[in-house]
Amino acid sequence: MTSGGLLLHVAGVTFGYGRGPVLEDVTVTVRAGDFLGVVGPSGSGKTTLLLVGMGAVRPDAGAVHRRPGLRIGYVPQVDTVDWSFPVTVAECLLMARARVVSAPWGTRSERGRVNEVLERLGLAGLGNRHIRELSGGQQQRVFVARALVGDPDVVLLDEPTSGVDVKTRHDTLHLLADLNAGGLTVVLTTHDLNGMAAHLPRLVCLNRHVVAAGTPAEVLRPDVLERTYGAGLGVLDHGGMPVVVEQVGAPLRGWAGRG
Amino acid sequence: MGGARLSDALLAPLQYGFVRNGLVAATLAGALCGLVGTFVVLRGMSYVGHGLSHAIFGGFAASSLAGVNVLAGAGAWGVASALAINAVARRRVVGVDAAIGVVTTASFALGVVLFAASGRAGPNFEAALFGSILGVTGRDVAAVAAVLAVSTALLLAGYRPLLFTTFDPDVAEASGVRTRLVDGLLMGTLAVAILVAMRVMGVTLVAAALVTPPATARMITDSFNRMLLLACLLGAGSGAAGMLASYHLDVQSGPVIVLVSTGLFVVTYAATAPSRTLRRPPACADRSQRVARP
Repeated sequence: MTSGGLLLHVAGVTFGYGRGPVLEDVTVTVRAGDFLGVVGPSGSGKTTLLLVGMGAVRPDAGAVHRRPGLRIGYVPQVDTVDWSFPVTVAECLLMARARVVSAPWGTRSERGRVNEVLERLGLAGLGNRHIRELSGGQQQRVFVARALVGDPDVVLLDEPTSGVDVKTRHDTLHLLADLNAGGLTVVLTTHDLNGMAAHLPRLVCLNRHVVAAGTPAEVLRPDVLERTYGAGLGVLDHGGMPVVVEQVGAPLRGWAGRG
Repeated sequence: MGGARLSDALLAPLQYGFVRNGLVAATLAGALCGLVGTFVVLRGMSYVGHGLSHAIFGGFAASSLAGVNVLAGAGAWGVASALAINAVARRRVVGVDAAIGVVTTASFALGVVLFAASGRAGPNFEAALFGSILGVTGRDVAAVAAVLAVSTALLLAGYRPLLFTTFDPDVAEASGVRTRLVDGLLMGTLAVAILVAMRVMGVTLVAAALVTPPATARMITDSFNRMLLLACLLGAGSGAAGMLASYHLDVQSGPVIVLVSTGLFVVTYAATAPSRTLRRPPACADRSQRVARP
């Protein structure tokens, strides 16, 4: 997918929750058709960057420019979801239109849209199931489906493969790639450098500020990873794809000299 | 014949106007508490309901002694307390439970002191604490009916934003739902519901009417719509049965209503135990363990 017009521009943004800045002078640009990954350690500001981008939090400094009328879908981390909450898959998807329609019941067109999205994501016939009764992969797709019901131009996903097994990660990556190939702009955060980030066309390395941005081959380098994670990481070449590994020969703290 | 005599004896008190008032008020208050309590339970705010009922007692005492309309005075006090708790909760600086504990118990203590100092800690004081069938007037019935009607209308008008904010507050806000307004409206409705239900249940027991029927309904169904409806029906049924029983047993209405409601909870808990153990445990059932923004 080639990049098109400007959708979202986070320009020199600084933001904090009251105990020092989480983001410092961060600039990120998202164009139509992008498939962008944001990587960085815990607390580096990845989730906050998504929230700033969609306007859920207001920057302390800098500006966020969105294309007029831009529709944004948001997919939270699934491990923040309350799976005991009494809600069915269809009810969950209808929440996405809470800004537009307040009534409990879905309109005919809404129900049609819900069924269409469920079918597209391989969830047909599961609308009346409780969200807890689904497999891990289906649960992840329900929240992607909820974002798609609003017919977004760009979808922002927070750690879509956090805590999932290899099969679900693989399926999620392919689902997002298919959606991107169909014209949807995708921005996601991830901790998974090898299973997810290395497969994306473009990455931003974040640690409160933007350390580097570019293709995986350009940014998954030892010096960039050292500045991003503050830890020594090596990078191997696997058929042209970078594979991030722990530094070979670096002893674990507290284990040196044992044995 | 025996059954007819029993039902005649049970329903005989309805010939008295004050019993009819009490019965209608308890039924409507039970439904109202079930409606509002569903959100209280699902948001993990049971302690807020408990604390708020105690906070309102301070306003109740102050307005009764000052000769101000009790509904207006205690209502304003309750809404102010609810908004204060909500504001503290949003700041995430002090623990919400600690803030509620400090504010609401102080308000309750103030009410006790005001009643004691004025020498009016008699039957009115007991009725405020535990509810009384004798204390329910036609105006109280009208007040409960009006609050129930307005609450139902608000729920229908803001159903999806309410549900979204209850299920997933951070994402709801990120998706453009005005969660601050939704939270404020819910807290205001909760305060007013407690205020009007207080005459029937008493401040110390109204929290149970908010929590027990929705908790029972949750064990019966996995659907939000059905839980809401069931909680209202269970609350209304407990209110009606408890109020009638309180007349026959000649004890305060609040404790009897709570005991009826608790009985239904225990029966449901026992009846649904086998299916509950077959369910997969939730990944993150405790709302307090939700991941905060980094």
